Amino acid sequence: MISPASSLPQPQHRPFTRMQSIVLVFICTILGAAAQVLMKTGVNGMDHLNLMRVATNIPLMSGYCLYGVNTLLLMLALRDGELSMLYPIIALTFVWVTMLSAYFFGEPLSLGKIAGIMVIVGGVTVMGRASAKP
Amino acid sequence: MKTPVSSILLVFVASLIGSFGAVFLKLGAEKLRYGLRHLISLQAAFGVALFLLSSVFFALGIKHGQLSVLYPMVSLSYVWALVWSRLFFRELLTKQKFIALGMILFGIALIAGSR
Repeated sequence: MISPASSLPQPQHRPFTRMQSIVLVFICTILGAAAQVLMKTGVNGMDHLNLMRVATNIPLMSGYCLYGVNTLLLMLALRDGELSMLYPIIALTFVWVTMLSAYFFGEPLSLGKIAGIMVIVGGVTVMGRASAKP
Repeated sequence: MKTPVSSILLVFVASLIGSFGAVFLKLGAEKLRYGLRHLISLQAAFGVALFLLSSVFFALGIKHGQLSVLYPMVSLSYVWALVWSRLFFRELLTKQKFIALGMILFGIALIAGSR
């Protein structure tokens, strides 16, 4: 006889430690930001878009691949970790992208941008706390 | 190096399409409780297709203008996720979530204003 408790799906994996989740999510923010810079580099060099040009655009395609890998890693990291702790780290991606855009593409770092990024990171932090399991 | 409104709109559409992708992935993930063979469901496949479509709009969006203005618009996906969770999955919209939503929108407005 199968008891109701044993018919519930059991976790098939060894959960990450808190530190492992944090480190993995942190790595994801750097990979995610790098993917954005690669994609931007790729589309910057294109005068008009067609499927063949997109498929053979190495920076764009590497950006897409990195983005895909990053998404899978992020899902893995979020599986065990507490969202309240991990969301603020994920929001670091916004900080990296802003800094890398200034470095690689010479985009100005205005006060409005810096303030906006800080407010968004704050908002995502509050979102993480609100989404935490009670 | 001004960021055109058309680019902002493209990224906006990309975040909207991507958020629907997440809804379908969630529907697909719910089927997983009936076994791993449900990993590839119609819902999950549609979710992935929407993600791919979203990435096309995003690439078109960042072609012109500043990445540091356009990328933060991706945080709109948190806003969509909240709205769809409430509408489609009947999740609770708490005061804290409302505050978070307001902050994210305010941050986007600050950045869009500085383009």
